[in-house]
Amino acid sequence: MTEKKRTTIILFSGDYDKAMAAYIIANGAAAYDHEVTIFHTFWGLNALRKEEEVKVNKGFIEKMFAKMMPRGADKMGISKMNFAGFGPKMIKHVMAKHNAMTLPQLIEMAQEQDVKLVACTMTMDLLGLQQEELLEGIEYAGVAAYLADAEEGHVNLFI
Amino acid sequence: MKVDKFLDAKSLACPMPIVRAKKAIQELEEGQILEVHTTDKGSKNDFAAWTKSTGHELIEVTEENDVIQFLIKKH
Repeated sequence: MTEKKRTTIILFSGDYDKAMAAYIIANGAAAYDHEVTIFHTFWGLNALRKEEEVKVNKGFIEKMFAKMMPRGADKMGISKMNFAGFGPKMIKHVMAKHNAMTLPQLIEMAQEQDVKLVACTMTMDLLGLQQEELLEGIEYAGVAAYLADAEEGHVNLFI
Repeated sequence: MKVDKFLDAKSLACPMPIVRAKKAIQELEEGQILEVHTTDKGSKNDFAAWTKSTGHELIEVTEENDVIQFLIKKH
């Protein structure tokens, strides 16, 4: 087959629904034989957090951040009609009815399809997130690594 | 027509039919035929676009009782 096309997605949002859109596109692109990169920055990093609490050394502000931010993809709120957590319950119910994949399933599927998941190290520092708290099998990089992928990208999205 | 592999993607939601089809077609040799059944309404357009972009040939699309059936030849 001809040279592979490339898709890059910046996941900035920490909303469940927006992350779902990002991961559906990523999985679709992988099925299109694209090389796919999702670059997680700011609130998007929370999609990569492990669900369990990981013991790491943190300062006071970092600890507060860790408490306030969702611990993992399943805990994320939705961008509209969140209703203090009731919205995500409703939407997950509807998703199950329509046989749609949940966000954690989509992330797992992306990893199975060799989608490159990248965590932005600069914003990890800002939010006080450490590598031990994030999923296994992801990469750590900055803007230059993103741009190297994106300049060859046929599809580049910011979500 | 001889079908070399059958993929039942009924009741699967986007993006799963395409993801599964990609996996299935990887297991075939060039020239072999994959048959896929879906119920996702968007999959008609999805499979037309996917085959066009990946170079596989969409030989036939039929619809029966809300089940969409695709015959795809691997290239």
